Amino acid sequence: MLANLGVNTIDELFADIPDEFRNPSLALPSPMSELEVQQQLSSLASKNRALGSGPSFLGAGSYNHFIPAIVKALMTRGEFLTAYTPYQAEASQGTLQVIYEFQTLISNLYGMEVANAGMYDGATSLAEGVLMACRVTRRSHVAVADTLSPYYRQVIEAYCQAQSIELHTVSTGQAPSLDQETACLVVQYPNFYGYIEDMAGLTEAAHSQGTLLVVSADPMAMGMFQPPGHYGADIVTGEGQPLGIPASFGGPYVGLFATKQEYIRQMPSRLSGRTVDNQGRTGYVLTLQTREQHIRRERATSNICTNEALYALASSIYLAALGKQGLRQVAELCYQKAHYAAGRIAQLPGYSLPFQGTFFQEFVVSCPTSPSDINRRLLDQNILSGLNISEAFSNLPPLERGTTEGSSPHSAESTNAMLLCVTEMNSRQEIDALVEALSEFGS
Amino acid sequence: MTSGGNRDTTKLLMERSVPGRVGAALPGSDVPTQSLPDPSLLRTELDLPEVSEPEVVQYFTALSQRNFSIDTHFYPLGSCTMKYNPKINDEVSFLPGFAGIHPLQPPETAQGALELLFRLQGFLGEITGMPGVGLSTLAGAHGELAGMLMMRAYHQARGDTHRHKVLIPDSAHGTNPASAAMAGFDVVTVVSDDQGNVDLKALRELAGEDLAGVMITLPSTLGLFDTGIVEVCQIIHEAGGLVYGDGANMNALLGRVKLGDLGFDVIHLNLHKTFSTPHGGGGPGSGPVCVANSLLPHLPAPVITRSGGEDSPIYGFSTPKQTIGKLSGFHGNFGVLVRAFTYILSFGAEGMSAISGNAVLNANYLMEALKDTYYLPYDRRCMHEAVFSANWQKARGASGLEIVKRLLDYGFHAPTLYFPMIVPEALMIEPTESETRETLDAFIQALKDIDREVTEDPELVRGAPYTTPVSRLDEATAARQPDLRWRATA
Repeated sequence: MLANLGVNTIDELFADIPDEFRNPSLALPSPMSELEVQQQLSSLASKNRALGSGPSFLGAGSYNHFIPAIVKALMTRGEFLTAYTPYQAEASQGTLQVIYEFQTLISNLYGMEVANAGMYDGATSLAEGVLMACRVTRRSHVAVADTLSPYYRQVIEAYCQAQSIELHTVSTGQAPSLDQETACLVVQYPNFYGYIEDMAGLTEAAHSQGTLLVVSADPMAMGMFQPPGHYGADIVTGEGQPLGIPASFGGPYVGLFATKQEYIRQMPSRLSGRTVDNQGRTGYVLTLQTREQHIRRERATSNICTNEALYALASSIYLAALGKQGLRQVAELCYQKAHYAAGRIAQLPGYSLPFQGTFFQEFVVSCPTSPSDINRRLLDQNILSGLNISEAFSNLPPLERGTTEGSSPHSAESTNAMLLCVTEMNSRQEIDALVEALSEFGS
Repeated sequence: MTSGGNRDTTKLLMERSVPGRVGAALPGSDVPTQSLPDPSLLRTELDLPEVSEPEVVQYFTALSQRNFSIDTHFYPLGSCTMKYNPKINDEVSFLPGFAGIHPLQPPETAQGALELLFRLQGFLGEITGMPGVGLSTLAGAHGELAGMLMMRAYHQARGDTHRHKVLIPDSAHGTNPASAAMAGFDVVTVVSDDQGNVDLKALRELAGEDLAGVMITLPSTLGLFDTGIVEVCQIIHEAGGLVYGDGANMNALLGRVKLGDLGFDVIHLNLHKTFSTPHGGGGPGSGPVCVANSLLPHLPAPVITRSGGEDSPIYGFSTPKQTIGKLSGFHGNFGVLVRAFTYILSFGAEGMSAISGNAVLNANYLMEALKDTYYLPYDRRCMHEAVFSANWQKARGASGLEIVKRLLDYGFHAPTLYFPMIVPEALMIEPTESETRETLDAFIQALKDIDREVTEDPELVRGAPYTTPVSRLDEATAARQPDLRWRATA
């Protein structure tokens, strides 16, 4: 091959690189065989505590749910795994039809008219929802419920920092103070603390000012609870991870994004549309691409290009497998087990549930002592306990209020607050073991 | 041949639904029954399909067979680096100790994951010659956004608030101007010269006091190493700006040159291109950012740190002092980062320059073999990809679009088409290092055969493709009357 090119060495092909910078030394390890690589990676993996290795009650945005074997078996097929973005429609009908199925499934799950092909994750999807609401309304104030995940709040702040958008925190227990400048009201459903917000009231408050309601909704809760579309939400986003995607230390996940038909031209990310070919056969193409960066450049609705198509596929397989009955069953299992756990913990001396109201699978527990102490000692018994929310957010803007009806997690009573999550993965035996372990801290 | 029954893909999931079917077996409840909330809070309708497990497997398997992929087809898609994705990388990413760890579990229970991330930061910093690396950005464009927000933070921290202009060459990816706009900058286009390099004279004229920086792709999207790159960096730095590097084309440079040495201040990498993580039909990606010392305080949160001695290191998270903030829910696309780490370990130091060497050799081999058949607008040594124009064929009756559709009939995925925009009828071909000479020769022959077809039977080429699951689709109607989901009434 070199002879065809009239050179003697491969190095000559790099002659355009200035001599003084060419072929630098590279301090990397020597190449390894597959066996050595496998051993080294297995060794690293073994230093981590896996969710499956003992009882786990940690949620807060990433959830431990059952994943049927077919999800991995199908999504790792090379034809899906090693395909590119489906720009060449004729060579990508599989991926394009999967995206169309995904758009249908997510629209139905959220009770919305349309959904896109997916975003990076739940947090970025919500941030893009905020930016879209500002475009749609041509307004630049954003009201954010104080019960939103602090992690999501940070990502919204990062996305808005260069956009002349003002963020305001609203206490969702009170009537939110919105006005004609407010582009959107941002709420999480169930909220970060696991509780169901007054969706009807919030929607009405928003719409009375021409403000859009932007929701971040847990797709698993949609197996049981009214979807945001039922209340008239304008933009619904979510973390797709509960739908068949492993926790994987935080990614890759997939962001869900749905809205009303009238706003589709302001949507970010890809859309697959159904059409016909020149012989009348049904087929699918990426459509409304004039919204996107490769056509519109600096005037695009977003800079997003590569998204998380493989995990949109995983979620689609998951939703297809569980279906109407299965998703409801999993959601109800989470609800039943979480309420069983909460009821038992509330009876322990020194523990209480500071919030009233309806929760799904997560709830806040006020503890008799520091949750970090509790967590450490539970870990010694191989129990991964809840998130310590009394300390973890000390660097964040104060979250004035906790939920629609309860008291604040920052009140004196609940400075020892822990956010627990119970899913279908937790057996009664595990829950009882958690209760037993917690009881040792009671006064 | 089209499969029938469940394996027929013409029926969508909702059209397959039969009441009562479930595709996953779930347990009953083992706790005492708890009272349900107010019924008004509960949904009564849930429009999800009801299908059995075998149906799900048959349907999705049949769909997969309607795709081209690296595993089934040569995929010479320019600027996308569709190289072979080693299976070991997937396998290790699924280990329970990686796939089964929660992003918020105590760092002391995830030391193996944090060690991996810390070492990966080091590897990427070494490969690019940049002292700071952030792994939390989830795709190339996400890395660009982080990089441009850092550029903004850098100027603001110096009280330099009037720098609102970012220069972007006319050959750039669309994500560059879109990312610059999201970071609040005004985009100004810089032209390329007749060699495909950034026009230095034009650059000098645009580099004024309002300049925030420039976004450069190296090698450029023409597949060319910009021979004036050191001067580009000097001009921008003298004007007080910063140089952003789009690392989409890093496959050409692995082990050959470090962008930090050339004067770049911030770059992003596409691990789903250069570092072989599978593209998944459009993601997941991973777009780490690598920065010079001046931008270290602004890196997105979190970064991974090591404390304790060499013998008993402790890994953890930290937030840079003047961070641009948190751009994703957790710490990045960890499963992708595991795969890239594994890839780098497999290839090692020597392997890096072998990757770039073979990628550049393959691209030049194709360029040399095809340049008498297809017009080559920049006839000089290319790097990892070669950009042709189908102008000659268009004059004879078949456009670039029609030629690449015809290639599908020959069993090859299309090259990138009509990009970069500065080349009319552009065909951008990137073979990568992982294809054999036999495959390259077959591809060359196919393109020559199609060229002959353009002369002898242009109608044949214009009607392609014939062998794919569908032929040319009506995109205009799809955009005019968007059908974006299945509906019962449809």
